[in-house]
Amino acid sequence: MPQNVKRRRGRGRDSAAASHSSRSKVHLRLRVNGEEQEVACAPHSTLLEVLREDLRLTGTKHGCELGECGTCTVLLDGRPQLSCLLLTLECEGRPIVTVEGLAEGPRPHPLQIAFAELGAAQCGYCTPGILCAARSLLDARPSPTRQEIREALSGNLCRCTGYLKIFEAVELAARRMKDPAAQPSEETLHGRRL
Amino acid sequence: MMRLPRFRYHAPATLGEAAAILQGEGSQAMVVAGGTDLYPNMKRRHQTPKTLIGLRKIDALRGVKGSPARGLWIGPATILTDLEESALVREHYPGLYEAIHSISTPILRNMGTIGGNICLDTRCNYYNQNYEWRRAINFCMKCDGDTCWVAPGSDVCLAVSSSDTAPILCAFGARIQLVSKKGTRTIEAKDLYRRDGIDYLTKRSDEILAGITLPPAARWRSSYRKLRRREAFDFPVLGVAACVRFDGEIVAEARLWLGAVSMAPVEAAEAQAALVGRRLTEETIEEAARLAYPLAKPVDNTDFGLRWRKEMTRHFVREALLEVGPPGSPSGRGN
Ligand SMILES: Cc1cc2nc3c(=O)[nH]c(=O)nc-3n(C[C@H](O)[C@H](O)[C@H](O)COP(=O)(O)OP(=O)(O)OC[C@H]3O[C@@H](n4cnc5c(N)ncnc54)[C@H](O)[C@@H]3O)c2cc1C
Ligand code: SF4
Ligand code: FES
Ligand code: FES
Repeated sequence: MPQNVKRRRGRGRDSAAASHSSRSKVHLRLRVNGEEQEVACAPHSTLLEVLREDLRLTGTKHGCELGECGTCTVLLDGRPQLSCLLLTLECEGRPIVTVEGLAEGPRPHPLQIAFAELGAAQCGYCTPGILCAARSLLDARPSPTRQEIREALSGNLCRCTGYLKIFEAVELAARRMKDPAAQPSEETLHGRRL
Repeated sequence: MMRLPRFRYHAPATLGEAAAILQGEGSQAMVVAGGTDLYPNMKRRHQTPKTLIGLRKIDALRGVKGSPARGLWIGPATILTDLEESALVREHYPGLYEAIHSISTPILRNMGTIGGNICLDTRCNYYNQNYEWRRAINFCMKCDGDTCWVAPGSDVCLAVSSSDTAPILCAFGARIQLVSKKGTRTIEAKDLYRRDGIDYLTKRSDEILAGITLPPAARWRSSYRKLRRREAFDFPVLGVAACVRFDGEIVAEARLWLGAVSMAPVEAAEAQAALVGRRLTEETIEEAARLAYPLAKPVDNTDFGLRWRKEMTRHFVREALLEVGPPGSPSGRGN
């Protein structure tokens, strides 16, 4: 938390201040999924619009566009944030990770594998946002409890799965990231025995 | 796509510059912190400022300083998640922690600020709709129209104060520092609000919230209880903030505020008075709840039925006070 204000004083006042008129486009350098991207966009464009319409990264979905569903979630500065409510020009120079950036080289992220395997993605519309939120959780807490998972994903609506498969997939991915041989539990695969 | 309207954007690095731009541009300009309230409103064309002044680059508006013995200073542009993670807030002002933790979702709390929450626009089912929806009912008095659809005879707008931190900050007796080109003034949090859904803040449009100070936490215990349909996303339909200072076992001072039942937070003065000089027991708590709940006069412009909301006020006041508990009870209610 930025409690220590002094630490940052060195940064030049002029370089930090910026103004943009409403008509002309702004030229920005964005750091998306580890790559530097140059875009020219209107000052009032949201990160969601620039990701989908300019950078053609359509993995990030648009739903309500009002902060009420979570499907547009990306990681900004390592934290899940809603791209529909972020001004692109506020994101300049800050690390952005979208669902396209979760894979590790050619291999999907363990979360993505677990989601596919356990049917945690049905229509899939909520999945990119949920994967980003879950990735941030696992970065901070490699062995989250069910309650921590519920809480971390409480800003992402899913209309298909009923959430249970999603929670189980996050748990499986967390276990696999420590032990690649980890298998889904009996209950996950076949339901609870009576 | 619901796109934002056009605006000029400034991102000054100092408070002085921000105040100068705001003064220069007049009422056409607005400040934006996290944007989680303002941007949805702009997309629905509730507000269409010609100029926006982003506060994110102003370091002096962020952080938490102080101690429970001296009181806290909180920068208004501090992100809600950072406040939740502050041990000072969590351990010594638990009611404030609970209010912050209950706001919307963890993702929105990574973006929204406490200053934005304090200045949150009032809400109403006839107002928080997109432009086309509002046009279909010929708009309403709060924005673009002249009739109030909740109370057509009313000449004030009854849109609801829906900030979770407002009632608990009023209860703590927090003070708000307002800065403009003309100077600085400091007011009590409770004096920031006005019972008018349109002109709901006493802050002038050229003033910027520059600091929130909380009095020393010593011997105060606090809690916040919130009613809403879902445990995430939803704004409060009722918020109850309770702060109690004890002298031994006896209540020396009690503050009880209701949120989301009116255009501004409401102080339950009679209930407060009924607790002072007595122990916090089942009976005194029940009496306070009985005195507080008639103050909730919900109107039909948010969620749930009216009678039930009013009845729940009584239960939530009781729960908030039970949670505060007598001194020494093990609930981590502060000091
Ligand atoms: C789906 C959803 C659910 C939500 N649920 C809740 C909820 O449960 N409880 C709740 O309380 N809120 C809720 N909110 C509202 C909002 O997210 C929070 O209130 C948040 O704290 C607002 O902060 P912000 O920094 O994003 O405000 P902004 O949108 O940046 O600003 C809000 C207003 O405050 C003004 N402002 C901001 N900072 C300053 C300053 N320093 N000086 C002067 N004026 C200032 C702005 O001009 C604007 O008018 C919700 C929002 C959404 C989209
Ligand atoms: S209370 Fe009346 S005037 Fe105010 S927003 Fe609702 S309908 Fe409009
Ligand atoms: S599209 Fe961003 S929250 Fe719904
Ligand atoms: S899988 Fe369809 S919304 Fe979640």
